[in-house]
Amino acid sequence: MTSTAPIIDARGVWKRFGGLAVLKGVDLSVAERELVFVIGPSGSGKSTFLRCLNRLEEPDDGSIQVDGIELLSPKTDINAARRRIGMVFQSFNLYPHMTARQNVMLALRKVLGQNKDQAATVAARALDRVGLAERMDHYPAQLSGGQQQRVAIARAIALEPRVMLFDEPTSALDPELVGGVLNVMRELRQDGMTMVVVSHEMAFAKAAADRVVFMADGQKLEEGPPAQIFEAPQHERTRAFIRQIDRH
Amino acid sequence: MDGLNNFIFSFFNLKVMAQYLPLVAQGLALTVVLALLIVVCGLALGLLLAVLRSFGIRPLNWLIIFTVDVFRALPPLVIIVLLFFGLPAAGMSVSGFAATWLSLTLVLMAFAEEIFWAGITAVPKGQWEAARSTGLTFLQTLRMVVLPQALRITIPPLTNRTIAITKGTALGSVVGVAEILGAAQSAMSFSANPSPLTLGAIAYLVLFVPVVALGRWIETRFAWKR
Ligand SMILES: Nc1ncnc2c1ncn2[C@@H]1O[C@H](COP(=O)(O)OP(=O)(O)OP(=O)(O)O)[C@@H](O)[C@H]1O
Ligand SMILES: [Mg+2]
Repeated sequence: MTSTAPIIDARGVWKRFGGLAVLKGVDLSVAERELVFVIGPSGSGKSTFLRCLNRLEEPDDGSIQVDGIELLSPKTDINAARRRIGMVFQSFNLYPHMTARQNVMLALRKVLGQNKDQAATVAARALDRVGLAERMDHYPAQLSGGQQQRVAIARAIALEPRVMLFDEPTSALDPELVGGVLNVMRELRQDGMTMVVVSHEMAFAKAAADRVVFMADGQKLEEGPPAQIFEAPQHERTRAFIRQIDRH
Repeated sequence: MDGLNNFIFSFFNLKVMAQYLPLVAQGLALTVVLALLIVVCGLALGLLLAVLRSFGIRPLNWLIIFTVDVFRALPPLVIIVLLFFGLPAAGMSVSGFAATWLSLTLVLMAFAEEIFWAGITAVPKGQWEAARSTGLTFLQTLRMVVLPQALRITIPPLTNRTIAITKGTALGSVVGVAEILGAAQSAMSFSANPSPLTLGAIAYLVLFVPVVALGRWIETRFAWKR
């Protein structure tokens, strides 16, 4: 795992909002094909950190390399970099005025420059991959939350990103819809996608994660294989957090 | 009975009406041209300002907000009179038509900018983030993701405001524009009978009832697909 260069290499990432330091020098390196789970109490900076990894949030300090690209360098074409970094949001964020297929096609056409037929084919394939071949021409409002989130995943993977970032992809879903989304993520992992996942789905983390990172107060407090973090955490903060979510 | 006859003679004098129909019809045509110019230019400028404002350049935004507030605060007639009677004093002169067009365009621009801006800001931040995260540029996101949603929200208030401001073309009569009201007033003084005003009112109905109906149709047409 350490023999090849990491595909994500973030070092000393700082982020302040006004006077409030939300990230205080976070490091994270992710190897290719690795699935890293990020957990931590609310407000600990998980989302902010994830959003720094595709520069939706501009870090104040530190360096971030993704797939060899210096993300924070002023010379970097951030739009070109972003098509290698897929992102899935808690609130799906599908474009409500477009069908599922059009949602997926937009970036294929405008960012990758595919023509309409190409993009339609690639979009159909991506939607098939998330099990929504039959729902391609539905508008987001005509889809369940779980289906919407799978369209959002299709929209990201259609661009063939090198890494995928997930920010609480199942938190907004009714319990019975969570499984479908997790299944898609499991398949992505089996296909070798590198993933960073912020989530509280502990069962999924135990089954699928290579590494779990525990964040608190804008810092990475502890990291390790799921078994270690969940069963034998080193820090009291981690222990308290695990106890608390285990009750749910 | 005398009163009624008097009323009919004054306001529904068919002979006078027939005589001045062509004049009022010309006024109608001029109103249509003026209204179209105002709607097209006012909405385009309003959209342009709202888009410029979305770039978030502070000094530029202050300028836009100041301009917009000025033209929302000033009564349109004041702007028309200022342009028409004020500019010549500064050595420039504009026709009554140009003064009316320009002032109503600026007023519509100002209100349209506010409405478009409200529409743009009503689109959730997540829409921007999702689009940008796939590598779309700021302008692509604005054009293909945000504006289509923003425009849909803005259509009802925009339609109402546009109709209200377009009716202000009647103010042109103050500065000698022979639009519907201006034409009807001249006809009234030629004929010494107010019936042309009735004709003018009918002309306004002929013009604006379809516009109001069109507005309603557009509103339902662009309601969210669910
Ligand atoms: N745009 C912003 N402006 C100001 N403060 C912000 C902004 N975004 C996040 N914060 C603050 O930064 C801190 C970390 O937020 P973040 O969303 O990263 O936490 P999180 O770990 O993802 O929490 P949660 O589990 O609730 O999603 C919080 O205190 C939050 O209020
Ligand atoms: Mg969060």
